[in-house]
Amino acid sequence: MTEPKPKSIRNLEPLGLDKVPVLDVSGFRRTIVDAVRNGARVSSFFGVPASALAEGNAATPAPDGAASPVRLFAVLASVETGTLSVLSALVQGEYPSLTPECPQVHWFEREIWEQWSVKPAGHPWLKPIRFHAPYAPTGSGAAAGAEIGVAEFFRIEGAEVHEVAVGPVHAGVIEPGHFRFQCHGENVYHLEISLGYQHRGVEPALVGGPNRRTLHYLETLAGDTSVGHATAYARLVEALAGAAAPPRAMSLRGIALELERLANHTGDLGALAGDVAYLPTASYCGRLRGDFLNLSALLCGNRFGRGLIVPGGVNFDADRELIAELQARLAAAAADVQGAVELLWQTPSVMARFENTGALSLELATELGLVGPVARACGARMDVRHDFPAGIYQFVQVPMSTWNTGDVFARAYVRWLEIQKSIAFIQERAEALPDGACRQDLPVAPDRRQFAVSLVEGWRGEICHVAITNSAGRFIRYKIVDPSFHNWIGLAMALRGQPISDFPLCNKSFNLSYCGHDL
Amino acid sequence: MTSAPLVHLFLGLLLAPLLLGVINRTKAFFAGRRGPPVLQLYWDLAKLLRKGAVYSQTTTWVFQAGPVVGLAAVLAALALIPFGGAAAPLHFNGDLLLLAYVLGLMRFFTVVAALDTGSSFEGMGASREVQFAALAEPALLLALAAAARKAGSLSLSGILPAAVPLSPELALAAGALVIVFLCENSRVPFDDPNTHLELTMIHEVMVLDHSGPDLALILYSAALKLWVLGALIVGMLVPTVAGVPWVANTVIGLAGMLLLAVVVGVVESVTARVRLVRVPHLLAAAGALAALAFVLVLR
Repeated sequence: MTEPKPKSIRNLEPLGLDKVPVLDVSGFRRTIVDAVRNGARVSSFFGVPASALAEGNAATPAPDGAASPVRLFAVLASVETGTLSVLSALVQGEYPSLTPECPQVHWFEREIWEQWSVKPAGHPWLKPIRFHAPYAPTGSGAAAGAEIGVAEFFRIEGAEVHEVAVGPVHAGVIEPGHFRFQCHGENVYHLEISLGYQHRGVEPALVGGPNRRTLHYLETLAGDTSVGHATAYARLVEALAGAAAPPRAMSLRGIALELERLANHTGDLGALAGDVAYLPTASYCGRLRGDFLNLSALLCGNRFGRGLIVPGGVNFDADRELIAELQARLAAAAADVQGAVELLWQTPSVMARFENTGALSLELATELGLVGPVARACGARMDVRHDFPAGIYQFVQVPMSTWNTGDVFARAYVRWLEIQKSIAFIQERAEALPDGACRQDLPVAPDRRQFAVSLVEGWRGEICHVAITNSAGRFIRYKIVDPSFHNWIGLAMALRGQPISDFPLCNKSFNLSYCGHDL
Repeated sequence: MTSAPLVHLFLGLLLAPLLLGVINRTKAFFAGRRGPPVLQLYWDLAKLLRKGAVYSQTTTWVFQAGPVVGLAAVLAALALIPFGGAAAPLHFNGDLLLLAYVLGLMRFFTVVAALDTGSSFEGMGASREVQFAALAEPALLLALAAAARKAGSLSLSGILPAAVPLSPELALAAGALVIVFLCENSRVPFDDPNTHLELTMIHEVMVLDHSGPDLALILYSAALKLWVLGALIVGMLVPTVAGVPWVANTVIGLAGMLLLAVVVGVVESVTARVRLVRVPHLLAAAGALAALAFVLVLR
């Protein structure tokens, strides 16, 4: 008997759950390690209790002491072929950790351990990432009900080494996260980031969906990525039903997604300027971010684009006058944003702060599996819109923007390049908006158990949603990977050897989501 | 003996917070905003004085002494500063050294009060403050020494009525003083008074634990320090007019102070803050300017 091979699918191509290959643990490990060595990236890696998969309902607690079997699923993205490899393995209680050979799964393995009490034996730094009680209360898992944030932190001992702890309550009105710096004078040897303060239990709440609440959970997953996550969800539901949104809806969704990118990238550039106390760009970008948000409000009445995207299309059509107004206001904002942002590159004192600050190498970014503008700033050529196109991006290419220095400047400059591309994209799509309906009813999903993956390039990077449905079309598991999940470790690594006073600047150049990570 | 010195002392006490209002309005203008009212700091002080103070249980009397000693020290410095061509209320040979040391005393108590809290942020801020002060103080003293030699007087009141025309040596010394002025008052490009990021602060982070009237004393002391060092620069650069009532020279001096505040606002609007490791380079440049001025006057 030959060993099963991982199954290759495309973005949004539904697969019968029985077609997802089950490998033995050693084959599963070898396949992932080899694939990653050959250029693939782990997009998603998660566990589902075997009992839930068998019966198609929520997990039933196993008898005390006995570890219930858990099936691990991995989704590997291969940029070269534009395909996703899907594979799974059944484990019980413990399995040899992949992290030593494939560092980019380290966070996923900690998550699996915390959620399902499956221990990755040999994981170099096994501790909870969100500090919640395990979803399946058995086995050698994370301490149930552990107090949030209370754990061993990496420490450096020595007479001249000191530790600086920041957060979870910060001086500004920002999300909570705890940062531990091991410093020598002003220099940072190591930074450990402890999150989980925003954990709401979104993934368990989505089991049994889709229902009337599902869309709202996804729109509020990470408030600044409402359109990104809603798009991923809507496309996934459409794919499971074997349908697609009408062309007009595809265009409008693309416009909304790019508007979200514009607003956030502009806000980030302003915040970066603010962090180095460069006033003009900070002030103007703050206002311009609002202008872009108001364009989203023009489309649907909400500045974050909530309520716009629904499975089957979009909720609000745009008539001719509205599109004309959108184009006019976008053109005005585009001119202003050019003036405000180009000041940054022309001001030596700003460039002195941005260049060579928090640099990451391409090798490190690839090994850690970083995504989005952060990875592209290191020179990684990856963009879901280009590599795994769906919706409008199947028909229209958005040129990929990369830089090669991997420092704060590169992360800022890639954002500026993307701002320009997004503005051009929206203007073109608004000009050539297809006629027809903007919403259609979805057919009933086929009565078989399915597995599907939806990838979207949100403004922070790759958003990965995976749905596993039962024969009634209900979610047995809805796994969400926000780009922040991949990138937090990148921030920690970027700070090594940097002065601690540059942390806020580095942090702003990543601008990761706490609630998108904590779910 | 006119009443000019006492009037100038009183003007300093009254108008020092106004300078910060002018700086902020200038910055707001460049940012395209309306900005806070010019008198905002006065309202803030009035508000803080009516509040209670919170003291951490780990702090001692040192923490509470910090703001009081700081204010006392800067008041002494104010009394040593001549304004508008008239002598200072307090002047004697060698008072320029006392000026440097009362400012040093103010810093010392701010730093020990910060260390008293045991907070890692305040420790970092204290370490930065002391590191930069070690470079700023020699620049200040050398610049003053150059001016003293030029004027042939060891008292600030004998030095400061500006020489007309301005000699190149004094211009260099004044340049050094401007750099020291920006650093000592934690302005951009050395520090960012508006930031909320504890890890990047220098001066602000040391006073994070002070509240209520203590914080009011600290804010007022900071405004007075801005006035004192500003008056030093204005006194050196703005000439006084002979043969007019002293009130006219006072008005010229005040106009110089307002102009200085506007210049600070403009500097803060068009430059970003330098990287912390580069701050010593800037201060070393100030030291070099002052040393050059001193060498030139010794010729």
